[in-house]
Amino acid sequence: MLIAILLLVVSQAGGQDTLAPFAPPTNIIAKDAPWDAGNKVIITWRPSIDKDSLAYYEIWRATPPFTKYERIGIIGSTDSLYEDHAILEDTVVIHEVTPGKQYRYKLRGVTPDGRFTILSEPSNIAIPRIQAFNIYRLNVLIAFILFTALFLYSIERSKRGFKFFIRRIPGLDALDEAVGRATEMGKPVLYSSGLNPIDSISTIASMCILGEVARKIARYESRLIVPNIDPIVMTVAQEVVKEAYLSEGKPHLYREDDVFFLAAQQFPYAAGISGIMVRERPATNLFIGYFYAESLILAEAGNMSGAIQVAATDAIMQLPFFVAACDYTIIGEELYAASAYLSGRPDLVATIKTEDWFKMILLILTYLGSIIVLLTKSNLFLTIFKVTGGS
Amino acid sequence: MRRRGPLTLAFIAGVAMIIQFFSPHPILRTVYTEALNWYRIISAFTFMLGLISLMRSHITKVTHKRAGWGYSIVTIVSFIVMTILGFTYGTGAGTPFDKMYEYVYAPLGATVFSLLAFYLASASFRAFRARNIDATILLVVAIIIMLGRVPVGSFIRWGRFSLPGLAEWIMAYPNMAAQRGLLIGIALGAICMSLKIILGIERSYLGRGG
Repeated sequence: MLIAILLLVVSQAGGQDTLAPFAPPTNIIAKDAPWDAGNKVIITWRPSIDKDSLAYYEIWRATPPFTKYERIGIIGSTDSLYEDHAILEDTVVIHEVTPGKQYRYKLRGVTPDGRFTILSEPSNIAIPRIQAFNIYRLNVLIAFILFTALFLYSIERSKRGFKFFIRRIPGLDALDEAVGRATEMGKPVLYSSGLNPIDSISTIASMCILGEVARKIARYESRLIVPNIDPIVMTVAQEVVKEAYLSEGKPHLYREDDVFFLAAQQFPYAAGISGIMVRERPATNLFIGYFYAESLILAEAGNMSGAIQVAATDAIMQLPFFVAACDYTIIGEELYAASAYLSGRPDLVATIKTEDWFKMILLILTYLGSIIVLLTKSNLFLTIFKVTGGS
Repeated sequence: MRRRGPLTLAFIAGVAMIIQFFSPHPILRTVYTEALNWYRIISAFTFMLGLISLMRSHITKVTHKRAGWGYSIVTIVSFIVMTILGFTYGTGAGTPFDKMYEYVYAPLGATVFSLLAFYLASASFRAFRARNIDATILLVVAIIIMLGRVPVGSFIRWGRFSLPGLAEWIMAYPNMAAQRGLLIGIALGAICMSLKIILGIERSYLGRGG
């Protein structure tokens, strides 16, 4: 019994319940985080005059009637800002900030040996509010409105009969040659739309190109093989190819078995396509979409089989591999321009011009910004164009 | 209706996603999260379609004795075995399913991945042949980068300049500038493509409805 009492005294002497002769932080101010979903409160304070003797501060929070405070977090003794927001643990909310509710905060310092200061004076009452618009994204909104206006203007001009000039894209021009070669050799064309699912914009672009390619193949009465890694992409690809054969008046040539699900994972997919290249010996391989590390496996296997190869991707890291192993590589934004280029529809072609105009605007702003920042050393320009990420 | 229905859906969904990007309102956050959940649920169901497609294509290959039909038998048998093991013993750690995955499937995947080393060698050999000025520049830059990133490269110095420093400079400036140029183009292309789909100008992805 005596030992237990002694242990208790010793533990209290060096533990959390011992007061330290240091001052707590002062001037605690709590305010609603601006332009958010009303789920964050920002707390600021003036650090303790004894901050060098403290290890960290504890943040305590209370809701009406503000009689009971609970500890919600800790922060370094030299810091002077804390953000109180929801905390998730394995998707379960263990701490939250509710919009419209009143919150008050207190702080206290804790020494390296576990002693603590008294609690500070309470902060003002902060009420988090829901905002309808995130002002930090105003610059993105302005850019988006400008882009959309240019987009609609270019379409309107094309409707009035204006013909926009688009430079030649050799990779897309080569598609005719590639499909013709496959027809002459009596061999199929292989089309891979990459690894991304249908919610990826590059996969949607790939489906649009697939439609144009399938139309050419149907015209030449050749065979098209489309192995897929995603069942939704497979379903879309089946519809797109079927429609292409129908629109060319050759629905009897469409084989559903040729647009199929191959594998659900990267390397089985790559191995499966390599197998098709060796067994079926396609005369033309088209890799159009978003690719990862399997790009070189596919392109080299195709290269060894002697097929003519055209790749189109916006995966920057994979571009060198396709350039090295394919006959033609359609780079980056050309992937998105391809369906417009191939279809030749004036309204679609006009939209490509929007990108060029906007690129020019960005180029001017980049030069202007560089000059302003170099001459004035002001961060104002950078702040205006800063894009706030996340949600 | 067959055409207008999907286009209207694409328009509503696209506009809703644009609005939620600019608004932090919890209702729009919920709409966004729910849309993602729906996509996941639909994806899970479509795996059944993928499964049917996979089995049908391999069974057709076997019945018609097409080239490589033996591999199709391996695929069908593997599928049946893994399904039986999964349903009988579960898929947790230490189960036969898990062991098959760990000791058969994963090494096979790693084997295909390791082929990259050989393919890299053959692709580099073709890419780095000094056929013209562009290819020669590529060759020289590649040698600088490769040597600059291996330990022996740090011994190559000219006064204040070192090979790793030169390699770092190439990666940080000319290479990064080119990458950013491409990225800006890609971002604008993606926005343009999205607008075409939302406004129903690009319809070829809809297949028969388009």
